[in-house]
Amino acid sequence: MTDLALFREETRDWLETNCPPEMRKPMTPHGMTWGGRNCKFSHPDQELWLKRLGEKGWTAPTWPKEYGGGGLNYDENKVLAEEMANLGTRMPLASFGLWMLGPALLEYASEEQKMEHIPKIIKGEIRWCQGYSEPGSGSDLASLKTKAVEDGENYIVNGQKVWTSYANECDMIFTLVRTGAQEPKHEGISFLLIDMDQSGVETKPIKLISGASPFCETFFTDAVVPKKNLIHKLNKGWDVAKNLLQHERKMLASMGLGGSKAASKGKTGSGLATLSKKYVEVKEDKIVDEGLRQKIAKCDMNSHAFSLTLKRVSEEAKNSNNGPSAATSIFKLYGSEHNKQKYEIMLEAMGSQALGWEGGEFGPEELAITREWLRTKANSIEGGTSEVQLNVISKRVLDLPQ
Amino acid sequence: MSLVLSETAAFLQDQTQRFAREKTPTSHFRSVRDSENPECFDREIWKQMAEQGLSGILIPEEYGGSNFGLSGIGVVLQELGRTLTPSPLFATAVLGVSLITKLGSDEQKKKYLPEIANGNLTCCFAFEEGPRHNPNVSEVTAEKNGDKFLINGKKFFVVDGSFADVIIIAAKSSKGSSLFLVDKNSEGLEIKEAKMVDSRNSANMIFTNVEINSENILGEIDNAQDTIEEVLDIARAAISAEMLGGALEAFEITINYLKEREQFGVKIGSFQALQHRAANMFTELELCKSCVLESLSCFEEKSNDVPRIVSLAKAKVGETFHLISNEGVQMHGGVGVTDEYDIGLYLKRARVAEQIFGNSEFHRNRYAELTGY
Ligand SMILES: Cc1cc2nc3c(=O)[nH]c(=O)nc-3n(C[C@H](O)[C@H](O)[C@H](O)COP(=O)(O)OP(=O)(O)OC[C@H]3O[C@@H](n4cnc5c(N)ncnc54)[C@H](O)[C@@H]3O)c2cc1C
Repeated sequence: MTDLALFREETRDWLETNCPPEMRKPMTPHGMTWGGRNCKFSHPDQELWLKRLGEKGWTAPTWPKEYGGGGLNYDENKVLAEEMANLGTRMPLASFGLWMLGPALLEYASEEQKMEHIPKIIKGEIRWCQGYSEPGSGSDLASLKTKAVEDGENYIVNGQKVWTSYANECDMIFTLVRTGAQEPKHEGISFLLIDMDQSGVETKPIKLISGASPFCETFFTDAVVPKKNLIHKLNKGWDVAKNLLQHERKMLASMGLGGSKAASKGKTGSGLATLSKKYVEVKEDKIVDEGLRQKIAKCDMNSHAFSLTLKRVSEEAKNSNNGPSAATSIFKLYGSEHNKQKYEIMLEAMGSQALGWEGGEFGPEELAITREWLRTKANSIEGGTSEVQLNVISKRVLDLPQ
Repeated sequence: MSLVLSETAAFLQDQTQRFAREKTPTSHFRSVRDSENPECFDREIWKQMAEQGLSGILIPEEYGGSNFGLSGIGVVLQELGRTLTPSPLFATAVLGVSLITKLGSDEQKKKYLPEIANGNLTCCFAFEEGPRHNPNVSEVTAEKNGDKFLINGKKFFVVDGSFADVIIIAAKSSKGSSLFLVDKNSEGLEIKEAKMVDSRNSANMIFTNVEINSENILGEIDNAQDTIEEVLDIARAAISAEMLGGALEAFEITINYLKEREQFGVKIGSFQALQHRAANMFTELELCKSCVLESLSCFEEKSNDVPRIVSLAKAKVGETFHLISNEGVQMHGGVGVTDEYDIGLYLKRARVAEQIFGNSEFHRNRYAELTGY
């Protein structure tokens, strides 16, 4: 037996033994584990699952073992993902630490910083949020003004961040702050890790069109940050930010394939069509409205083509060992635009039944679609707008003139 | 499934790329087009392609080919598509070879395949019966007459039809579809050249009591439909590869123009309105590459999802080549609509290739059907 086949067998056994029964059922709306000091579990199996996987390092399967990661190579990681999918196990931990901060720390942090922060990310002990955007600095992020000044062993931070996702539930925030001149704007920025459990940090939730309040304004008033929390060099934070942004975009891109449970598709079936069929005229299993049918097919084909492309690019990257590149912008762009389209088609098929807010004759699944549809509008804004992605592709990939 | 090229395919791609750049750049296409040559391709070039083994890529080794498979011929077509190389490769080495290899008797294979491999024999597949693709043969009939068959009816838009030595025709027989090998000089066969906008060879054919001997029946009578569908999918994957090559080249030509042409004192490529459209096209091309690779390799991997994957590729590449050929012309401004610039040649080729064995709408429809809606 090859090493990989052996690994598959061991992995399957391990998962079979260690994945608690509840964690083999499909995800529920409140079933996601986000970790952190005040982590809430809606079922005890969630805690058990996180603990077991965290100890094995399999919440971050490819990260180095010395920091508590799984230490798996590309092929082993793929096997693990396949075996988890086969068993239908839930994602153990959703985390900005895993998706964004961790990869950047692995690249830029000192040994001491890695030892301090990475194991806690892997085990889900600290929940992180991202403090980049400010009221005056969105797409033009490098114009940010939140200021950090030296004060003995500390930095003192003052300023305001905005759109800080989940800030009110998080323990720590990774931020971009100005430590140098305002111009040239990219060169006076540093990357700081700030503990939110202090009086100098306050958060205020913002209500969205979907009715949810997943993000906040975050205010810093003489917040105290030990100097050891500076990542990379002073005034070189933009390098870290760029690197991290690529990881963020990669993560956001893959979301384009997820989307509504109602429309998630089986191997060859079409979730979009199955959903639509409940609302539109169907004859001999065919959707009668030819226009709608073509739109659904086009959308399904785009999903299909997109997932093949994610697969192709990861196969190509396998040997080159590069992290996410400018090509990630393609995925961020396509994934978010595609997801928006998918929801517009659902709305078209469902008619007014997809436009309910509460009560009435609306089923919970229908109400969820309404909110999810509104949520998708943020897909092409968060993590850099679609226009910004198009700029990146034009300039960095196609090398078009400035 | 593998979405990266095998070593063999990478080698063939390299070799063909060099060949196309040296021997058949678009100026070659232009010279064939503007010559009086009614065949619309250059026999000398075809001979050289055969010497390089390109005509035999799908032919089993015992009949003089290399059997490198569809992925092999796919990358070749892609590279030739970049320079709009006119050649019998698609109709002869993909369609003809696939039909003969799958259904031919040993005798027929011995007779035709080695001759195709060495570049001496060309064929075509007379299939369509109207201006829009229809995978079911309905009008042209084959009637049994003693131990012979009589063929009657009209075939349209037969690729390479006006010069092919051997015509493989699909006809309706008493209980199904059947295929026959027809000599181009047969009595009762009228071949009318149908000059297309892309200046490639195409013909309409009228069959009036064309007599077929039993040794020229290809496969079993009444039983060809499954193979026809299989070969149509092979051909669709192959033409998608050619279209991808054309789309990639048209895109690169356009990007180069954006970096070179100046207006308002700056390069036009600095205008965001053009940049964003270019970036969108680039993204679509990345998706097309994956679809084409998958559609070429799914046959060899015996996927049970072949028809859906092929429709995905043909539709996606069709949409993208369509988009890029239109945008390419627009972004060139006035010179884009002149014959002197190449971009317009890709526009013409795109539209003709889009129609071959089903346009994007046809394939979206088929994809929907195969997915159950
Ligand atoms: C759901 C969600 C979660 C988020 N979470 C976080 C978070 O956790 N942490 C965080 O720091 N930030 C977060 N953000 C903020 C996000 O990164 C910004 O909203 C985004 O970068 C855009 O900035 P802006 O909102 O100021 O829009 P603006 O930059 O003001 O853009 C307005 C419009 O102008 C366009 N535009 C701007 N510049 C250009 C240009 N150069 N060329 C062409 N068009 C241009 C934009 O594309 C957009 O259409 C989140 C946003 C959302 C929607």
